[in-house]
Amino acid sequence: MSEALVEVRDVVKHFPITSGIVLQKQVGAVHAVDGVSFDVLRGETLGIVGETGCGKSTTARLITRLLQPTSGTVSFEGRDISHMGRSEIKPLRKEMQMIFQDPYSSLNPRKTVGSIIAEPFKIHGLKEGTGERKRAVQQLMEQVGLNPEHFNRYPHEFSGGQRQRIGVARAIALQPKLIIADEPVSALDVSIQAQILNLLRDLQRDLGITLVLIAHDLSVVRHMCDRVAVMYLGKIVELADSETLYTRPRHPYTGVLLSAVPVPDPELTAARRRQIPGGDVPSPTNPPPACRFHPRCPKVQQICREDEPLLSPKDSGALTACHFPLTDNEAAERLGTAEHA
Amino acid sequence: MSPLLEVDDLRVHFETEDGLVKAVDGVSFSVEKGKVLGIVGESGSGKSVSMLTVMGLSRSRNARISGAARFDGQDLIQASAEDLRDLRGNDVAMIFQDPLSSLHPFYKVGRQLVEAIQAHKYVNKSEAKERAIEFLGMVGIPDPRRRFDNYPHEFSGGMRQRAMIAMALVNEPRLLIADEPTTALDVTVQAQILDLIARLQTELEMAVILITHDLGVVAEVTDHIGVMYAGRIVEHADKRDIFRAPEHPYTWGLLQSIPRLDRPRDEPLVPIPGRPPSLITLPTGCNFHPRCPYVRPRHREVDPRLEPVPEDPAHRVACLLPSETRKRLWQELSAGKAPEEARAEIVEGGLA
Repeated sequence: MSEALVEVRDVVKHFPITSGIVLQKQVGAVHAVDGVSFDVLRGETLGIVGETGCGKSTTARLITRLLQPTSGTVSFEGRDISHMGRSEIKPLRKEMQMIFQDPYSSLNPRKTVGSIIAEPFKIHGLKEGTGERKRAVQQLMEQVGLNPEHFNRYPHEFSGGQRQRIGVARAIALQPKLIIADEPVSALDVSIQAQILNLLRDLQRDLGITLVLIAHDLSVVRHMCDRVAVMYLGKIVELADSETLYTRPRHPYTGVLLSAVPVPDPELTAARRRQIPGGDVPSPTNPPPACRFHPRCPKVQQICREDEPLLSPKDSGALTACHFPLTDNEAAERLGTAEHA
Repeated sequence: MSPLLEVDDLRVHFETEDGLVKAVDGVSFSVEKGKVLGIVGESGSGKSVSMLTVMGLSRSRNARISGAARFDGQDLIQASAEDLRDLRGNDVAMIFQDPLSSLHPFYKVGRQLVEAIQAHKYVNKSEAKERAIEFLGMVGIPDPRRRFDNYPHEFSGGMRQRAMIAMALVNEPRLLIADEPTTALDVTVQAQILDLIARLQTELEMAVILITHDLGVVAEVTDHIGVMYAGRIVEHADKRDIFRAPEHPYTWGLLQSIPRLDRPRDEPLVPIPGRPPSLITLPTGCNFHPRCPYVRPRHREVDPRLEPVPEDPAHRVACLLPSETRKRLWQELSAGKAPEEARAEIVEGGLA
């Protein structure tokens, strides 16, 4: 169970910023991901949370090698995939699939649902017989809760929730070992989100798929994931199992995020001590030195501006990159669970 | 005290090639000075259209609008375009969801604020500029004097939304309508904006209508909440009651289908089956009946009205189940029973 399926080591991804039209020269770089290391364990659901621009989607694309890292390695089942060529990586693509955020733009509007779901078979030359392929597609549609009779319809004939089910069917078609879902429910209505989350959870349990869930919604991640990584400006600042992260956060940024999530409970809302730092997240082209959270951190000290904290185990069991982690009392204040205010 | 805005049986129907779209179908609510009303609903529930209509922004050749929206005694539905123009941005202001497309990309942010001021007040340019800078500072834009000369693309998402809020507030409106003001923003920025709206609301004693799909957001800042479904308000109550003692099955569905930080992690999500109806062919009887686990044969024929709960006149629900049954159902549901179990025990058991 605890064996690693994916090992990410010191992965860096910089996107160059160029200037000039004919003679382009690099004038800077967006530090999208700046040295992250973590494992995805076989059979688990790992969540990656963070705000816009923290590098969570880039990380997802690095794991599946849709992007090549600037440096560092990504290993899948012990094999380094970060420097593989096209033909070498192709058979491995069967093992890892993605589900995307927008069920409107991630399905080709000119193809029938049947051929969208059959596309993975076509690419990998599987289920060659027409009858066989159609049966496989219909079985997949059934599995994700779509009417198998509808395989000749086009994406626009389906609602947002149903389209996301099509995306899920396509992702599980090749029985992959790993699925990366990038904001799979954030474009859906509240009453539909639960349907898709339950579907993903059931499939993950039944098929034993390893799931990496990328989301900005902390409640969704808590509900779905065994372990959670919190990212800020291209770095992982805290990595812990869900229970620990949500009850005993140690990184001040995790505390900020948790206290900012609106909770549908007026009394709890009133009990929470919210500490939202002013200003915006700094630009990833020029991230602050040392601890990247220091300009906005409520617990900042001189050392935070000079010395970068590394991910290290804290008393809660979490791996946290902070010189002055939150205490249990400070964490409780932010969550609104403190007994005495 | 008479309410600042009183909407009475508002209907907005659009004639389209496919048929008559009943976007808003008999909505009544009111807001008092200094209070915040939250309107919750999913896409297509009519929450935005009702507010646009109140602002006179949904008038078009194919729109059939009826009912009344009295703002301080004046009916906005009947008001002339000139009267509305005087009112909008002055007494009544609106903030939209997408702050990038609501600011003009060609003009400097400051100039757009000055325009908003000079449209309603006889002040000269330098006075307007000072006022614009004051409001940019008030909504928390750092270094407002320098930022006054920036273009919208030079602002981050949170700053643009702040600038929009500054523009909405610059003439000190008595009513602010905020349509999903934080949906496009990250949680920490959302928290900043909600805090800002709450602070300014008390400082300026504004009435606020906050439209959102996020139950967490309404729990934070509102006083009263209306839940909309398929063009109607199906439940309207004090904030506490909506969360502690909701009585409409749709409200239960919403509350139980979202993962919540304040509940055990392994608590299962109970999705609402099916999906919202087409607004062209609405179901007969209760709009919600095709998705309602507690439906009785009669509910397919009789259209429920928004009526007060027996012992609480401020809590109104449009549901044909007896209030007693609803209270017991919610008790069972919040104790962790599945809707089918609760139904078997109470709805069918009660009938026998």
